[in-house]
Amino acid sequence: MSTKTSILPVVGSHHRTLEVEVLRYDPDKDDKPYYQTYQVPCEEEWVILDVINYIKDNLDRTLSYRWSCHMAVCGSCGMMVNGEPTLTCASFVRDMPAKIRVEPLENFPVARDLIVDMDSFVEKLSSVKPYIIAADERTVEDGTFTQLPAQLADYMSYTHCINCLLCYAACPQVNLNEGFVGPAALALAHRYNLDSRDKGRSVREDVVASNAGIWECSFVGACSEVCPKHVDPAAAIQQIKIAATGDYFINFLMPWKKSKNTDEASSGGGK
Amino acid sequence: MKLANGNYIRSPNRYSWWLRQGRYVRYMMRELSSLFIGVFSVMMVWGLYRLSQGETAFTAFTDMFWSKSILVLSVLMFLFAAYHSYTWFIVTPKAMPLKLGGKRIAAGVIIGAHMLLWLLCSVAVWAAFVYGGAV
Amino acid sequence: MSTYDPNVAPKVSNKPIIWSLFAAGGTVTALLTPVLVLLFALAVPLGILPAEMFSYARMESLLASPLIRLVVFGILFLSLWHTAHRMRITVHDFGLRSDGAAVFVFYGLAAIATIVLAVALI
Ligand code: SF4
Ligand code: FES
Repeated sequence: MSTKTSILPVVGSHHRTLEVEVLRYDPDKDDKPYYQTYQVPCEEEWVILDVINYIKDNLDRTLSYRWSCHMAVCGSCGMMVNGEPTLTCASFVRDMPAKIRVEPLENFPVARDLIVDMDSFVEKLSSVKPYIIAADERTVEDGTFTQLPAQLADYMSYTHCINCLLCYAACPQVNLNEGFVGPAALALAHRYNLDSRDKGRSVREDVVASNAGIWECSFVGACSEVCPKHVDPAAAIQQIKIAATGDYFINFLMPWKKSKNTDEASSGGGK
Repeated sequence: MKLANGNYIRSPNRYSWWLRQGRYVRYMMRELSSLFIGVFSVMMVWGLYRLSQGETAFTAFTDMFWSKSILVLSVLMFLFAAYHSYTWFIVTPKAMPLKLGGKRIAAGVIIGAHMLLWLLCSVAVWAAFVYGGAV
Repeated sequence: MSTYDPNVAPKVSNKPIIWSLFAAGGTVTALLTPVLVLLFALAVPLGILPAEMFSYARMESLLASPLIRLVVFGILFLSLWHTAHRMRITVHDFGLRSDGAAVFVFYGLAAIATIVLAVALI
């Protein structure tokens, strides 16, 4: 018998067998997904990702899934665990019942096993122009922007997103409205709107304040509950709704005021 | 549903998706609160309309509105209205992250202030009606 | 409801009009509806207040003031449109996907109730 060296952390002595039901789908062979059950000898200190890695290393090499950092930074290991969107490298075996079910993130097409197709998300993310749109063209000679710590604090929490997509998997409106721009992308738009260096709010509003943007949100709040980084997309979206409503009425009552920088900035970047 | 590119779409049931998780059930109850608030508002509109038609019409309205058979609905209207208030105020720090002297006001303070305002408004309306007399 | 399509230039929505009514109505109803239900729907059946307090003569005298009538109109107007907008979204959540029908039914009902309210208070 060959003994494989395991990369798994073996720290404690709390052995426990976990019954793991995993959704399997091979687009070349299967017409639809099915569940496969594995008995996994675990340590209480393991995270769910360790369990999946154990299956891959020792039980079934055909299992496909994404992961990289194992430290809640890269955002690639999001899965449904017992129906809850979960960052599997940051949730522990000790908090789980004897039997768990692992599925790919909801509200995305399944590409293979636990891997989802996230193209639609990437498209939505870039649609909100998530970069600084300055009022004027800046040259190197102008030097760097200055920003006070208090101005940084205004948007800091919205920079913590790791694009793990848990919020999209949790949001019923993402499920009910296919084109909804969605929590993380709108939170990132808010991050730039709040940045003192940025003047692009009205440019972003073309997408952000369209019917497929913030107005598709009914403030379920599930996104903020599942977010492993406490980004609070639900708060961001409500704040954009209030700001966009103000902008709408100002533009309506004083059309000549329609933000000066709009045209220059929109010809500047993005699609 | 299998797509041409091999991807598979799993969609939760269109009618019963919200029964799968407690947080969705609570959300739907919050949304349904508006139905009870709406029914109450329509009854108030109807009551005012009957009032404008004279005493007999108004008495007929109050007899109906305060009857035993409506009582269950009235209790439900109260419970859902109170649930709406709770859910509305509990999220106020998210919609309005207020700052005082450059510092964020703690979420608990914003919520507490709203709950207090709710209490004050309720007492004021009750007192104004009961002790208001001819204004 | 509408969807984001990268090939179509999106347009700023006119939802702020109805949403501002929804949000203002949500705040007004959150502050006042529970006490109003308690006062007008429950106080008499539960024996908290005597029915004479709600007599025709007393109600008429309370509503004699134009200011009170305006406040009553404002509260009920916002409550109605708050409901109309939230129910429009809620039926969609419940799986009834015709947004046009929801708009017609709920905004229509709110409009009728608004007219009746105005007639009653003038
Ligand atoms: S907002 Fe939170 S849940 Fe959503 S993608 Fe970013 S980190 Fe993940
Ligand atoms: S593996 Fe990187 S976030 Fe989990």
